[in-house]
Amino acid sequence: MDITALLLSRLQFALTVSFHIIFPSFTIGLAAWLTVLESLHLATGRPVYRVLFEFWVQIFAVAFGFGVVSGIVMAFEIGTNWSEFSRMSGPIQGVLLSYETFTAFALEAGFLGVLLFGRQKVAPWFYLFSASMVAVGTTLSAFWIMINNSWMQVPVGYVVENGMFAPDDWTKIIFNSVVWSRFPHMLLASYLTGAFCVAATGAWYRLRKVYHAESRIMLRMGLGLAAVLMPIQLLFGHLTGGYVNTYQPSKMAAIEGRWNDEKPASEVLLAWPDVQTRRNLFAITLPPPFGSLIDADSLTAGETGLNSIAPDDWPPVLIPFFTFRIMVGCGILMLALAWIGTYLSRDGSLARNRPMLWLTFLSFPLPFVAILTGWVTAEVGRQPWAVYGVLRTADAMTPFLTRREATISLIVYCATYTFIFAFGIFYIYRLLRAGPLGPDVLTPPASIPSPPLHVDAKLDTAHVLHVPAEE
Amino acid sequence: MVLFWATLLAVSILLYVLLDGFDLGIGMLFGMATGEPRKHGMMSAVAPVWDGNETWLVVAGVILWGAFPVVYSILMSAFYLPVLLMVAGLILRGVSFELRYKATRMRWIWNASFAGGSLVASFMQGLMVGALVEGLPVSGVRYAGGEFGCLSPFAVLCGAGLCVGYALLGACWLVRKSEYEVRDHAYRIIPYLATALLLFLIVVFAYALAEHLSVMTRWLDRPSLFVFPVAGTLAAIALAASVHGREDALPFPMVAVIFVAAFGTLAISFWPYMIPFSITIDQAAAPRTSLAFMFWGEGLFVFPLMLLYTVVSLTVFRGKTTASSAADHY
Repeated sequence: MDITALLLSRLQFALTVSFHIIFPSFTIGLAAWLTVLESLHLATGRPVYRVLFEFWVQIFAVAFGFGVVSGIVMAFEIGTNWSEFSRMSGPIQGVLLSYETFTAFALEAGFLGVLLFGRQKVAPWFYLFSASMVAVGTTLSAFWIMINNSWMQVPVGYVVENGMFAPDDWTKIIFNSVVWSRFPHMLLASYLTGAFCVAATGAWYRLRKVYHAESRIMLRMGLGLAAVLMPIQLLFGHLTGGYVNTYQPSKMAAIEGRWNDEKPASEVLLAWPDVQTRRNLFAITLPPPFGSLIDADSLTAGETGLNSIAPDDWPPVLIPFFTFRIMVGCGILMLALAWIGTYLSRDGSLARNRPMLWLTFLSFPLPFVAILTGWVTAEVGRQPWAVYGVLRTADAMTPFLTRREATISLIVYCATYTFIFAFGIFYIYRLLRAGPLGPDVLTPPASIPSPPLHVDAKLDTAHVLHVPAEE
Repeated sequence: MVLFWATLLAVSILLYVLLDGFDLGIGMLFGMATGEPRKHGMMSAVAPVWDGNETWLVVAGVILWGAFPVVYSILMSAFYLPVLLMVAGLILRGVSFELRYKATRMRWIWNASFAGGSLVASFMQGLMVGALVEGLPVSGVRYAGGEFGCLSPFAVLCGAGLCVGYALLGACWLVRKSEYEVRDHAYRIIPYLATALLLFLIVVFAYALAEHLSVMTRWLDRPSLFVFPVAGTLAAIALAASVHGREDALPFPMVAVIFVAAFGTLAISFWPYMIPFSITIDQAAAPRTSLAFMFWGEGLFVFPLMLLYTVVSLTVFRGKTTASSAADHY
């Protein structure tokens, strides 16, 4: 394959957006979990919830900061590398992004400061309110971004005017069924990410035999939440597949490794799709009508194969085919872990089950892998279109962008991200390793005056030290 | 509607320049500061507010994309490398705040990236303004100037000039927010920075005359525009007086007035062009349905809230950051 400015730009966008999504998907879930912890603390008065809150809010601060700085890149990159796209879709997508910025900024600017530095300055109910507003803010952010991306997947409610996509029906753009299957899918993915990170941290402490009370709550809440959410997530995943089946036949055919039209269709579980010969090698296939059943909830529905789509309109087949299967695999593993873990923690035997603790500890990459592969399936599967069926990716690029410029920017972003990511992960690891009583934890993350916080955190943790392990 | 969004865009850019301007300025001065206490004092003066300040850049960016997509598309693609370097600089600057205090042995890395990131971001912003003022080659709705079309002596001069201007804003913020050594040092450098900024403005003026930039001719046609330079001059005099009299609270607003004057001069002398002299505000505007949708939600309700938050957060963290309170946090 030729190294063109187009290829480099696509690589760059894929890299920067993948780097970015790691942090929001973590913080959206974490913000909700912090709100729950604070509610529990207010409701029960148990100091352990407060300790956990003070601990996770530190991690939240670092991850949130990374999400913000890596998100700013996106807002500029769309214009620098995809100027044609940005000009044409600005009237819709620019407007949606401005809503994201405005609403998120309004909520976060107002309440994040309170959350991080203001515990001593406001009433407890207002502190809880601030935590929930930060959670609402991160959720709203995700909402606007999902509308934005869904419009690229299934463009609706627009007319073409002066070479631009002019909106003519905002309700269609915002309240269409595609948004309302994809937004919950992403939101649940974020909650699951938070849940698994919390559970894995709990398992880690349990394995190291530290922080008994805290790790018990982290394990129970993390796995318990995942056990409830995972089946719902599978349902929304299925609904998301429904829109692909209806609106994006080329993506569906690539995901399913389906070459010929079939009615009813079979289902390829695993294979190596060979694009040259247009067939699947080493295929493990379920007979019809399983394909129709899975893709279209029907025993008889016909499914389109790649052979009846012009090869110019094919996505790269291998990438969505495999990333989709990795995502589903991660989902099934998470479901199994969450259910088994929750079952074991009913009578407290999870705490003694070292293999299960190890598995839980090692599970924290699963939700991230699932989110990244899911997004790759959605985005690579949409190719060769930037706006499905309307604007090709090749036509979306800045027409005069040179290979040299694209190379320089790719290198600069790679270098910058590697540098800050390495340190960011290291510091988050150090915070997590030290745990709720670690030396770093008793220091607030940035510079705002709140000395009483330390005193209070110490009091609470001191209190916890006297709470006997409850198992 | 178009006018409303043009105004909001101008307000957002101006707020960004004033607010993140002092953050970036302090970042650059930080690079020259010696000794941990002074470095620490400088960082404490901006740490609580920089994040909100930088957000105004994103706000300006998304208003530009949503309300004036043609201009967004031309500017971003024309300034490919400057935007890239500015963003990289802002990333390094931004993460330095969090990571500097988490680091122990590696603190020098974050010191360097705080100062270096601030310098690069400021320079690139000035460079872009300079290139825009000089006139970007545009054909139709696309930029047509090539890879380094924005790189000219004038643009480089503007890059350097904005660095000086930001550093001056930063020094005045330090005077306002700090005590003892940090403040005294800031007082010592303000005259140099102010003189340098003045020289820069004179050179820009002379260069503009020499090159017969189209801006100048428009400018002489509208004598009422001289209100802005006059206001700027008065502010410069007040600045000199307040520095001489050691009035901690005054220098920052005075430099802010100088910036507003310069900004106003720019904005009004180009009116109604967004990209001089090829694309006007009306030509760049998104369809009515877009602008109206933005107006009835975020324009009417959220934007005033954001202004309110900015005022509140600056009020909450008003007053001096004392050495003792700073020592408590870390």
